[in-house]
Amino acid sequence: MTSESDLSCSGLVRRFGDNAAVDHVSLNVPAGTFFSILGPSGCGKTTLLRLLAGFDRPDEGEIRIRGQRMNEVPPNRRPVNMVFQHLALFPTMSVGDNIAYGLKRRGVPAAERQKRVARVLEQVGLPGTENRNPQQLSGGQRQRVALARCLVLEPTLLLLDEPLGALDLKLREQMKVELKHLQKAFGTTFVYITHDQSEAMVMSDQVAVMKNGRFDQVAPPEELYREPATPFVAGFVGDNNRLAGELVSVREGLAEVRLDDGGLVRGRMASQAPAVGERAELFVRPESLVLAGEALKPDFSTVQASVDTTLFDGANSRVEVTSSGQTLFARLPQDGSAPALSEGATLQLGWDPMLARVFPAGGA
Amino acid sequence: MIRWLPRAWLMLIYGLLYVPIAVLVVFSFNDSRSGYTWGGLSLRWYETLFNNHAMVEAMWNSLWLALSAATVSTLIGGLTALALHRYRFRGKRVLNGMLFVVMMSPEIVLAISLLALFLLVGIQLGYVSLLLAHVTFCLPFVVITVMARLSGFDESLPEAARDLGASDFTMTRTVLIPVIMPALLAGWLLGFTLSLDDVVVSTFVSGPTYEILPLRIYSMVRVGLKPEVNALGTLLLVFSLVMLSLSQWILTRSKQ
Repeated sequence: MTSESDLSCSGLVRRFGDNAAVDHVSLNVPAGTFFSILGPSGCGKTTLLRLLAGFDRPDEGEIRIRGQRMNEVPPNRRPVNMVFQHLALFPTMSVGDNIAYGLKRRGVPAAERQKRVARVLEQVGLPGTENRNPQQLSGGQRQRVALARCLVLEPTLLLLDEPLGALDLKLREQMKVELKHLQKAFGTTFVYITHDQSEAMVMSDQVAVMKNGRFDQVAPPEELYREPATPFVAGFVGDNNRLAGELVSVREGLAEVRLDDGGLVRGRMASQAPAVGERAELFVRPESLVLAGEALKPDFSTVQASVDTTLFDGANSRVEVTSSGQTLFARLPQDGSAPALSEGATLQLGWDPMLARVFPAGGA
Repeated sequence: MIRWLPRAWLMLIYGLLYVPIAVLVVFSFNDSRSGYTWGGLSLRWYETLFNNHAMVEAMWNSLWLALSAATVSTLIGGLTALALHRYRFRGKRVLNGMLFVVMMSPEIVLAISLLALFLLVGIQLGYVSLLLAHVTFCLPFVVITVMARLSGFDESLPEAARDLGASDFTMTRTVLIPVIMPALLAGWLLGFTLSLDDVVVSTFVSGPTYEILPLRIYSMVRVGLKPEVNALGTLLLVFSLVMLSLSQWILTRSKQ
């Protein structure tokens, strides 16, 4: 692999009995980037992280950090540090002693330790808290102490195991932005695992979507959103509507799907494509759907739908409709252009076929 | 009318529990030789007590025995609790259950079986037999105290320590032991008091060469109640209270 990558794995496998929790995963994380592994619980992302940290050994494959083979290296000898899900701050030690723990293990003299602890506390925005007890701090502050405890060691790689999961919503939003800033400021390579797609999207340079021990797609967040490679990614990353039917024709990359009620809809063929005559699913995002009366262009694909309910949520307001027995969500623009929608009213929904994706059915 | 009734009932119960102890303490300062009449304040029974060499020796023997039994059972019990908590091994549940059996079985059964064992193996009855017996019945209490502490233990703490560069040994020393320290201390104190006032098991496994306090008092009382026993009782009471408060203080402080 290139010398620029901080972490590269090839063909990693970890089996538990007959079940491969990590199934031939290869990845390459360039230095100084924020890499997220996104997947539902049980997809193997925690197992993968534990392999990287050294708490577990792969059955097959190789882990290299800055080109150095790591497979047999125990966790205390790896240039890798980890922020645990529940932070794992040592309850019997002060904030300062927690942060100095790793430096002490490396034999850094006391005066130097003190200086570096003070500096890193300043960098994470908690100056002068050395003598506090971690239990006295708020959730967000504890988070920062856990980060500082790792960053003070200047690791090549920082692993983060869903550290924001325990925080309340508002704080989580705030910490997302802060983590991203801290990563930029320290320039450390972050490998972050999460099941929250919004965390992965906001913070990462690259996101790997993981399912059943494998990576479905590895791409920058925007590409993941706009060009999902698999139906699983299309459904898991961001909100999406799906319409099931049968693929009837493909012309110039545009697929035509006959819905179960007979209606015809169109969308772009995905790279992983069904054959004509097979069951297919068309994915279209809520913000791509336009309500009739708005700018509905002639080449748009349309369906008839009846309004179930409207869900007001500021800029994120949506209308829930039913079309050919399937529930769809469409975004309601909040600039006053949305028509008044009453329950049971029928309306026409349309979309630009270039913004919809057609995948083989049953992919996720 | 009805309102003071429950309170009076409560007072009666507490009176039954505490009046005898109060009487013992008061009469330990009684100048009269009779246990029933008050003859003025005096410390003469304390003096008699400390001049009774057999008694003082029994007291030191008891303290030394309690100290060593508590220490040995804390060491073994602490390691047992750690093993039961951290590792999976064959017979783990049996081992766990057997600890409870020792704790639940009647003391007289334990006493007889230990005596039979010592006679069979040929261990001379004395300090060693007493120590082995006391460690046996203290052990489950230490294990359970430490296990209770470990049950709330965050499993990622040892991993975090390893991740930050600690070897397994350093991790145990700097993270695991400090976390279970209050439980170790509480278990030690529990073992100490259990050992100090044990009569049943000690009666069976002690020999003529090593007399301990509870047995000494028991034999004294059989001959007739001497007022110096009151003085001794008062001292033991004060000592137990100090130990009890100490263990409570340690436990509450660690719960913060």
